[in-house]
Amino acid sequence: MAGARKKNVLPGFGLTLGFSLLYLSLLVLIPLSALFFRAASLSWADFVAAVASPRALAAYELSFGASLAAALVNAFFGLIVAWVLVRYRFPGRELVDAFVDLPFALPTAVAGITLTTLLAKNGWLGRLLEPLGIQAAYTPLGVAIALTFIGLPFVVRSVQPVLEELEAEAEEAAASLGAGRLSIFRRVLFPAVWPALVTGAALAFARSLGEYGSVVFISGNMPLRTEIVPLLIVTKLEQYDYAGATAVAAVMLVASFAILLGINALQAVGRRRMAGAG
Amino acid sequence: MIAAAAQIPVATSASAPRVRAALQDPPLLRAGLIAVALGFLALFLLLPLVAVFTEALSAGLGAYWAAISDPIARAAIELTLVVAGISVPANAVFGIAAAWAITRFDFPGKSILVSLIDLPFAVSPVISGLIFVLLFGAQGVFGPWLLAHDVKIIFAVPGIVLATTFITFPFVARELIPLMEEQGSEEEEAAISLGASGWQMFRRVTLPNIRVGLLYGIVLLNARAMGEFGAVSVVSGHIRGLTNTIPLHVEILYNEYQSAAAFAVATLLALLALVTLVAKRVLEWRIRQESQP
Repeated sequence: MAGARKKNVLPGFGLTLGFSLLYLSLLVLIPLSALFFRAASLSWADFVAAVASPRALAAYELSFGASLAAALVNAFFGLIVAWVLVRYRFPGRELVDAFVDLPFALPTAVAGITLTTLLAKNGWLGRLLEPLGIQAAYTPLGVAIALTFIGLPFVVRSVQPVLEELEAEAEEAAASLGAGRLSIFRRVLFPAVWPALVTGAALAFARSLGEYGSVVFISGNMPLRTEIVPLLIVTKLEQYDYAGATAVAAVMLVASFAILLGINALQAVGRRRMAGAG
Repeated sequence: MIAAAAQIPVATSASAPRVRAALQDPPLLRAGLIAVALGFLALFLLLPLVAVFTEALSAGLGAYWAAISDPIARAAIELTLVVAGISVPANAVFGIAAAWAITRFDFPGKSILVSLIDLPFAVSPVISGLIFVLLFGAQGVFGPWLLAHDVKIIFAVPGIVLATTFITFPFVARELIPLMEEQGSEEEEAAISLGASGWQMFRRVTLPNIRVGLLYGIVLLNARAMGEFGAVSVVSGHIRGLTNTIPLHVEILYNEYQSAAAFAVATLLALLALVTLVAKRVLEWRIRQESQP
């Protein structure tokens, strides 16, 4: 940082940093720490009773399982979508590319009621699934479908820039050394892409764990069967069980932070790879 | 780097066709992958979007109009605009201030500050509502005091504003920090050394430079603020005509089996999403144009 000394001529350091810290503390840090203080004030027995009840365990299982299934589906199709958007030229490509962000822009409640209506027995999709004996609405399958919708852009948007930046020389060198298409994919493309692919899937997974609006309509909300963790927290709150809600929320928050730390480490790996390749 | 992808070095030997084949997907695979990608997107994105509008109009245009012009729907639209009208400027000002401090000065703990700004994105919407209930709810830390002074935050508009502002906290800062880092501070230093005041420098140099990036952050921030459901649902109390935003109004209608009305109101949010996608694209295009020398 050669400019470190020069930077001092600019005004507003105290004002902007002071305001940022104050705003961050009041709006984010103090409220979040209130959650942990509240959780810490519970007795150990109460805490365990809340976070390890059969109902809570069933909710973790559904939330983690459905989020993982959705992240895997998105990793597979997201990679194909990113590949098609970067490598191929076809009419309407720009439009399709822009459309990928729809789940980021469409409010989750709208996604929730729409997917439920589509997948209900008399819905456009539910009608087709019913003869096959598949029920999607009000089942764990429905939860996974809603989470797939929510997580869809993450894999595409993290893989796309990597594919765009990939040096053509590496592929060309491999080809002139006699590698076929498949082995170029295996030896050159996939090793470059996988950190971004895993990062995207992990981001989708983290988002899915906390998701509420799109799932709450389609899940049917039956305790022990189709109740996700965020809904369990809301239910406990509605029954004025603040302690129980706080305990479960603290567990979820720690899990989310751990996943995000993992994602940051992965992104560092990805950046090193890209820097090393360039 | 990207331009190089277009040129395939043509080997002079007879191996050229084989090399080219190794660099391109066979036509059949190409067609197959395009079909899979478009099929997946059509099923998961296009079909739901079409369904929103079809369901909304299923009871006719009259019913559609009645649902969105209903006084309670009107109140929900107004509340949504009020909430976004507070959260969006508040987080935009914070984003500019934080990006200025972070990209123009060195101080200890800077990287921690950058990570802390992203924190709200890691928090479930439901938990984002819960933390304000724990602070300001009847059983909360400040609950008794608020009750004694007759101030309502939870199950009232201030709680909705707080939860929405928390959820959308990082959007502008996240866009501006990398942008301002890349732009560097030469122009601003020049303005100051030519005698401009801090405010003049900000208005004449900084703001024009970051305008498009700022707008981009605001577009995303606004879409999330108007559409937020989970966090707002926890703090709102669902009081009709008073503490219902558009997404909460959609939920109530849907749960009362007024499906066509629920989807009619939902089209407002779907249209907002489409406008957001178009604005996002246009701004991304502008950012690319401006970053090219």
